[in-house]
Amino acid sequence: MSLFELRDVSYSYPSAPRPALDGISLDVAEGALFALLGPNGSGKSTLLRVMLGELSTSSGGVTYAGRPSDSWGRREIATQIAFVPQAEPMAFPMTVRALVEMGRYPHTGILGRMGPHDREAIDEAMERAGVAELGGRSIRNLSGGERQRVRIARALAQEPKILVLDEPTAALDLHFEMETFELMRELTEERAFTVVVATHNLNLAARYATRLLLLAEGRIEALGSPEDVITAETIGRVYRWPVIVTSYEESGPGSGSPQVVPLSEAVSSTPG
Amino acid sequence: MTRHVTVTRHALLLAGLVLAFVAMVLVGLMVGAVRVPVAEVLAALRGSADAQTRTIVVGLRLPRVLLAAEVGAGLAVSGAVFQALLRNPLAEPYVLGVSSGAAVGAVTAIVFGMTATSMFALPIAAFIGAIVAITLVLAMAAAAGRGLDTHVLLLAGVVIGAFFNALILLLVNFADLETFRAAMLWIMGSFSGASSESVTIVAVWVIPALVVLGLLARPLNLMSVGEQSAFHLGVDVRQLKLFLYVGTSLVVGVCVAGSGAIGFVGLVVPHALRLVGGSDHRWLLPACALTGGGFLVFADTIARTIVAPAELPVGVVTALAGVPVFLWLLIRHEEGV
Repeated sequence: MSLFELRDVSYSYPSAPRPALDGISLDVAEGALFALLGPNGSGKSTLLRVMLGELSTSSGGVTYAGRPSDSWGRREIATQIAFVPQAEPMAFPMTVRALVEMGRYPHTGILGRMGPHDREAIDEAMERAGVAELGGRSIRNLSGGERQRVRIARALAQEPKILVLDEPTAALDLHFEMETFELMRELTEERAFTVVVATHNLNLAARYATRLLLLAEGRIEALGSPEDVITAETIGRVYRWPVIVTSYEESGPGSGSPQVVPLSEAVSSTPG
Repeated sequence: MTRHVTVTRHALLLAGLVLAFVAMVLVGLMVGAVRVPVAEVLAALRGSADAQTRTIVVGLRLPRVLLAAEVGAGLAVSGAVFQALLRNPLAEPYVLGVSSGAAVGAVTAIVFGMTATSMFALPIAAFIGAIVAITLVLAMAAAAGRGLDTHVLLLAGVVIGAFFNALILLLVNFADLETFRAAMLWIMGSFSGASSESVTIVAVWVIPALVVLGLLARPLNLMSVGEQSAFHLGVDVRQLKLFLYVGTSLVVGVCVAGSGAIGFVGLVVPHALRLVGGSDHRWLLPACALTGGGFLVFADTIARTIVAPAELPVGVVTALAGVPVFLWLLIRHEEGV
């Protein structure tokens, strides 16, 4: 069953020369780890914002779980879809646990009185995101990687069906980046989550995602399995850089997935 | 577990603030040209003291103390709400020019004689002035293209505030000398015009508005992590912002209609309380109401006694206390702390 359905979706920013999204149709199946790829300015963020209801489409329709996405109330949809932003303002000091507790907002009443289930959901989310021991720390005193995991914990505390992440590893080192991708796989394979992630990391997307979408200039360039999308010809053309594609041959999950190796400029200018 | 500790701590802090508030009110009723001992203040409030003491305590001082408490509560809560809404610890009705906008509305109503038509003309005119001011400030900041950038917001607030203060002086030139004197009180703020009528008018508008703002404490908490995150956590951000801007403009407008533009209460009080009890608005907003009220009662007690038999505009006292805090915050903010 597909959770998100987009049919011929277009979006234009006011006074922009060309549409940011142009005729996008796609389905995100339940349980998928769906990676959104594309060069800077290709429309990844706009597509996420349209799917999440932040922007209304110029034409075409977005449905979530069979209902037009603009017919969902904010609190109602927040129990279904959780979003992890790249970064967010921290105007006032706050503890990690207080930030994660925000994830219970759509589930609790006007005073925010929390029952045992709410506290369990918070504990479990912090455990799963690996921030259980940070609860009493101030969010300002954490590293970038730790903050990102706290935001993932908050999203999990929403107990959503879908987790949407916007370039979650853009500012993270290899350790946190791998942990994030491992967590996303664990969530989809073991916990029946659906994950949609926008990322620039083609190789980890190819290893971890079940389905890839490659955007270029607001249009779908390729959509399908890693093998369908990650080809030397497609990647070379969309990113305007010569690449070769090899294969990840270690045993275990993702074995055999295509891996992109960009060539150096000197190689590309060599005739033949 | 930690949550339980926090709840108990906040309850204790609030209980302490209630006591402090009551103490400030009693001091405000005791101190003045005639010093009334606390026992006689309590007797006067029960109606059992002699006539002269009752006149001083209940007739003269009580309306002034109550008005100061209401206005202080309103301004401090509005300050905390603006700070969460703009994610900026320096935001405050006076600094943002909203108080000056409300004062223009109030002075316009007085100069053109609209106050004779209805007892609500003054607060409504001040409310409209406040709405116009905050709309102008946000539009200026947006036009500068940097959204809610601290510098642009503060600059816009200062410029709009200066413009509105000039408008007030222009307006009162069409009025008589008495109104001119009164205009200075609008610009600096004073409780010398307090009466049981002004206490009632302010209470009728401000108390319900504060209750509504208090009920929005949770979505307000979420706004402090940004509008996008608040939206995805389930907050209808557009609707909430509309509610909060209208609600705070109403509170600021009515407070200014009651006492003029008193600055920095909305800055000093929320900041001090965040240091003590954190920035959860479920505790912060009630704490701001109590502390803002107590603080302004105390500031007014100083304003009317320190140069007796004359008196200072209370805004002078709050500015002397508030400007150093503002500068300290500005420096810390620039350091990115």
